[in-house]
Amino acid sequence: MINLETPRKFRGLIAQARQVAGQYYRPISRKYDLAEHDYPKELDMLAALLDGMNAGSPESAGARTSKRQSSEHEEGVRNGSNLSTCLGIMELCWGDVGLLLAMPRQGLGNAAIAAVANDEQLKRFDGIWAAMAITEPDCGSDSAAIRTTAVRDGDHYVLNGEKIFVTSGARAGAVVVWATLDKGLGRAAIKSFVVEHGTPGMEVTRLEKKLGIKASDTAAIRFSDCRVPAENLLGNPEVDVAKGFAGVMETFDNTRPMVAAMAVGLAKASLDRARELLQDHCALDYRKPLLSVSHAEAQLYQLEAEWEASRLLTLKAAWMADNRLPNSKEASMAKAKAGRMATDVALKCVELCGLSGYGEDELLEKWARDAKILDIFEGTQQVQLLIVARRLLGKSSKELK
Amino acid sequence: MLMQLQGRALALLNKIAGAQWPDRLRLRKPIERWLYQGSKTSFSLMTQRGGQSRPRPASSANPSGLFDLTLSEDQRLLQDTLQQVAAELLRPAAADADHNARCPAELRASLAELGLTHYGVPQAHGGLADDAACVTGALLTETLAHGDVSLALVSLQGLSVANLLRRFATASAQAQWLPALLTENAPQIALALAEQQVLADPHRLRCRAERKGKGYVLSGSKAMLVGGAEASHLIVSAYADGEPALFIVERNSAGVSCRAQPAMGLKGAALAQVQLTKVRVPQAARLTDQHFAYQQLLDVLALGGCALAVGVAQAALDYVIPYVNDRHAFGEPISHRQGVAFPVANMAIELEGVRLLLWRACARIDQQQSFTREAYLARLQAEDKLMRIASDAVQLLGGHGFTQEHPVERWYRDVRGFAVLANSLVL
Ligand SMILES: Cc1cc2nc3c(=O)[nH]c(=O)nc-3n(C[C@H](O)[C@H](O)[C@H](O)COP(=O)(O)OP(=O)(O)OC[C@H]3O[C@@H](n4cnc5c(N)ncnc54)[C@H](O)[C@@H]3O)c2cc1C
Repeated sequence: MINLETPRKFRGLIAQARQVAGQYYRPISRKYDLAEHDYPKELDMLAALLDGMNAGSPESAGARTSKRQSSEHEEGVRNGSNLSTCLGIMELCWGDVGLLLAMPRQGLGNAAIAAVANDEQLKRFDGIWAAMAITEPDCGSDSAAIRTTAVRDGDHYVLNGEKIFVTSGARAGAVVVWATLDKGLGRAAIKSFVVEHGTPGMEVTRLEKKLGIKASDTAAIRFSDCRVPAENLLGNPEVDVAKGFAGVMETFDNTRPMVAAMAVGLAKASLDRARELLQDHCALDYRKPLLSVSHAEAQLYQLEAEWEASRLLTLKAAWMADNRLPNSKEASMAKAKAGRMATDVALKCVELCGLSGYGEDELLEKWARDAKILDIFEGTQQVQLLIVARRLLGKSSKELK
Repeated sequence: MLMQLQGRALALLNKIAGAQWPDRLRLRKPIERWLYQGSKTSFSLMTQRGGQSRPRPASSANPSGLFDLTLSEDQRLLQDTLQQVAAELLRPAAADADHNARCPAELRASLAELGLTHYGVPQAHGGLADDAACVTGALLTETLAHGDVSLALVSLQGLSVANLLRRFATASAQAQWLPALLTENAPQIALALAEQQVLADPHRLRCRAERKGKGYVLSGSKAMLVGGAEASHLIVSAYADGEPALFIVERNSAGVSCRAQPAMGLKGAALAQVQLTKVRVPQAARLTDQHFAYQQLLDVLALGGCALAVGVAQAALDYVIPYVNDRHAFGEPISHRQGVAFPVANMAIELEGVRLLLWRACARIDQQQSFTREAYLARLQAEDKLMRIASDAVQLLGGHGFTQEHPVERWYRDVRGFAVLANSLVL
């Protein structure tokens, strides 16, 4: 039964997340935009609250609670944690993307652990705050080309290499690090390791100054003969050339819709505010033909249509994950469309509001700066298009580079 | 009632059973499956309701309220069947229909035998319309338009009129016209809604109906209507007593003149212009009363246009994919270049976005929720993105795309006619 309305059972969660966004994030948004690298300590209390809510209900407003699909089968269509997480994120990012990214215990690494850890690891790492370290100075989009190495030595792996752009890399308690067991074996040899801060040989070397999402720290981390317990390797330690990259890449099928959801939330904030500022000049009733309305009204309509299409693509990708349908293509479709939409919408809203949009008295200019990252991390626009095109055209990554 | 409904399905079955074309096109099996399923479902619907034919309340249409993109069994079967009809009946006839600017009578007859009009006629009047009628309508429209949009328009005129009457006409008008639509010699009714003026605003219709004696006198002109030349009747929108209203007019009434109005594309739909000069109609010709939800009519028309154009855009994407894989330049398939591959990816992304907007609006209609905003946004994305898709399809075939050796140039012309599409089909 086709239905694209927000499921009733998530209304409570959405209202909750909207409260957090409006009452908690918005009032401190500008403060941490101006004070880059200061830790938003207000988040600690909020995180504790969210932990409590998460424990209390399986579908509450946590940002990164996308759990591994339970193996038990349920009858019929499912609306589960992927969908609820995306809906929650949309609301929270209506508040502030940077603050959401800075939330304790909601790191990308947590999503990776949730996706690929075994039961023992899930238990051991429960409650940890984990960042995700894939990117290196010489490799970003081509994540199969990473050079950080992991060499087995008794009960440990010894890690060497440099990671950059690690979101929450300095603040999180641990980092999930991608490293290769054997550079000669390509993708299949790449494994992820949970490395806890304080492990000798692991050092945060710098924090980036950025265009936006300044509330979120972005760290460079060096690993020099860093010894990590062997049981911290996530997933299967064997190098399975046939299965290859699939293991570590699976995480993206769940996290890309989440980044798309961030884009949807942020764009909605821009649109809502622009409409407020323009309300005396633009009466939007969805009745007049586009050709007969003012230019500003037409722009607002067009932006809203782009936004709505992105939102539905995002919900579709999450819904597929909830229903165990393979969703790599749809996850990338959502991320591609939502990523570019957010930048377009946020920039256009600044333009539509003129000098008010540009000034720091409003948050519009901040959202336009924040938006850009959403079209870059978790795979750039171009990388998403590559994934979608390869699937559509039946091409390998060798054929369509 | 139950007997009647079964009788309907049997009559429909009988008609198709006797036709030749399903065998010729190896369509008999899928059509039989579909008919079987269709009559089974409506049968069980009827028994559930104890023979009541009132539509179920909105809440029971989706009791859980879950987000869901799965088609019902009925919808899937219908889609399967019509996919084959589109591929084997419509697509092969499309180039000639475009060239000759008409749908051949034989094809028209075959399409009528499909009985799609049943999906728009309520069960009380002998049809199969249920509480997913709008989503189902969008699906079957897209599926047929994948074969050819002009021929889809021709084949869906009956359904469109049924939908219009079911949604907007007074009870007496419904009783008068709906059962007739399902008969052997059903009236051929064309929609005459659009007016030709720059910056046309459907809220400022020029066409007028003046009260005179016991009836009305209609004056005005309507443009680019589908099937106008062959129609026995027209449904005309006009201002009457200061409000929008719909009238049904016999095509050969005094004062009605009709001429072919060829355009850039949609030629197979034989577009026509109609001039109404002081046409007298009786009071009963007024199909709507003071409760007529004119805005909603405009909205469902826009959604009809979206569904049609989504079908064309999907056809374009499906055509381009094997082409760019087979075509070589500079020593490898052109699809190995991002300049080619990325537009293909974007075609798929934008198309899916429009389809979801369309489905959302249609599902809201079926759930009896407001849908003006949703229809408006769907239309905006459709007009913009689907044209882009058709344009890129020509581009990706290069010079070959510009010739009539390939259908992409026709799709390019057809999709540009969105303003026509959005006035021609009621979902
Ligand atoms: C604020 C921030 C937070 C981040 N957080 C994390 C994190 O937590 N963990 C982590 O591991 N990484 C993180 N990243 C890194 C991010 O994922 C990468 O920056 C991103 O994947 C792009 O890689 P790159 O910067 O090396 O760009 P490059 O790979 O050098 O790409 C440069 C440009 O070339 C394009 N390009 C590259 N290859 C192709 C191709 N084959 N075809 C077409 N175009 C191509 C790209 O789209 C891009 O436009 C973060 C980055 C930032 C800025």
